Amino acid sequence: MNKRKTSLFFFVLSMLFFYLPLVVIVIYSFNKGKSMVWQGFSLKWYKELFLYSDELWRAFRYSIVIAIISSTISTTLGTLGVIGIHWYKFKYKKYLEVLGYLPLIVPDIIMGVSLLILFVTVKLNLGLMSIIIVHTTFNIPFVLFIVLSRLSDLDYSIVEASYDLGATEIQTLKKVIIPMLLPAIVSGFLIAITLSFDDFVATFFVAGPGITTLPLRIYSMIRLGISPVINALSVIFIAFAVALTLSTTKLQKYFIK
Amino acid sequence: MKTDKRGVAYTWPITLWLTIFFLIPMGIVLVYSFLKKGLYGGVEFKLSFDAFNIFLNAMFIKIVLKTILVSLGVTFITLIIAVPTAYFIVRSKYKKLYIYLIIIPFWTNFLIRIYSWMAILGHNGFVNIFLKKIGLIDTSIQFLYNTGAVVLISVYTSLPFAILPLYAVIEKFDFALIDAARDLGATNGQAFFRIFLPNIKQGIVTAGIFTFVPMLGSYVIPKLVGGVNSIFMGNVIARQLTETRNWPLAATISSVLILLTMIFVLVGSMAKKRGDNYE
Repeated sequence: MNKRKTSLFFFVLSMLFFYLPLVVIVIYSFNKGKSMVWQGFSLKWYKELFLYSDELWRAFRYSIVIAIISSTISTTLGTLGVIGIHWYKFKYKKYLEVLGYLPLIVPDIIMGVSLLILFVTVKLNLGLMSIIIVHTTFNIPFVLFIVLSRLSDLDYSIVEASYDLGATEIQTLKKVIIPMLLPAIVSGFLIAITLSFDDFVATFFVAGPGITTLPLRIYSMIRLGISPVINALSVIFIAFAVALTLSTTKLQKYFIK
Repeated sequence: MKTDKRGVAYTWPITLWLTIFFLIPMGIVLVYSFLKKGLYGGVEFKLSFDAFNIFLNAMFIKIVLKTILVSLGVTFITLIIAVPTAYFIVRSKYKKLYIYLIIIPFWTNFLIRIYSWMAILGHNGFVNIFLKKIGLIDTSIQFLYNTGAVVLISVYTSLPFAILPLYAVIEKFDFALIDAARDLGATNGQAFFRIFLPNIKQGIVTAGIFTFVPMLGSYVIPKLVGGVNSIFMGNVIARQLTETRNWPLAATISSVLILLTMIFVLVGSMAKKRGDNYE
């Protein structure tokens, strides 16, 4: 059947398409020369990256701080929100159900632009705080999605049993609901961290002059063309992506079992 | 499901957050499009239709149309590659491995993925140096800074987002249906177009939305590899905001972009519902 051959063709095409550029970058990160002309093997760009790229590492530290704070806020708001939406009825529920997912369809650039306009209007200084606010906002729908998928599998009678046995709301939350939701909370948090760490466009608009995140720094370096330090950095990123893919599948196995 | 105060207690933080940092900013954007331009950026609080008048000229309309057309083109090409790829993965023995191989580029930083193509196709990129070395060309060919480069790299960055939802749907498809169609005398093509495609419509629509919506709001790819003639709506918004400093105009184009996105998502979800009835 030639369908098999056609689909094989497209599959190979996709794979080549995916990996050819990445492989070229990995190879040229070990190039002695500065350009894409091969001049022999060398680790000098890695040395440059790890020892003499202070600005990149400062940007990296900012990105880490921003990712952790914004993901913590979005995971907390999202998890509490899902519990409320899924188990209870209240006045503005329909409104929240729509509002919760809307940031997902609004383009990143609009998120950045609209918050920039808000911050300028209320005269909030642009910087760490404005970036954290943007990241938290675009992360919320992802946390909602992930935690909701787990929550809908849970049995509410377990929660009722906890109340019947005399637990307070806080105790139930701490000892029953959150432990049961933990795998989803953790994966929501990890997704939020990744998205925050990866975001360029929305951050670009609200960063202000003082703070540079890692993607902002990478952007200013690649604008000018080929940079061997970025080649080396790319290899670190790709290696990290491989490790992440492998570990999340391990994690999933551990949690789902 | 219960009606009590706990629902409100759990949801007020998220509601407050999204109202202040999402809904109100969107509202401000809408309001700003009807205000007068401030002298040094910002706005004056006077009703004005200046921004709309400027927007309704041939140049901006052209950019809107170009954004939509290129986004549709990218979505189409992405789907053409993604459907057979997802099909192959579902039918393969090494499903899991292949899915990992799709997920890895998906986790790699967005800018790095764009950069890798710049390093290959750039003026002093891999391809040009290779072609010079084997003596095919003397001066570099300009592969970047045109619409073709934007399309290529956009397809590259969107493919994983299209393959994954398609994979999820094709995996649930009952392949015995194809055999049944063949037994009843359908050709390969008929079985594909009349049985397979209608059954995976949901996945196609989801993959289409995942590709098309981010494309409409595209900013980085046209900025880095698009050159002067491949400007998207996102680039115009940024320019009006940071360079020309016409904030009402930036707000107007943003409002149009939000509206377009909403329309396409609605059309997409309606197509999805129609798919439900079909089954």
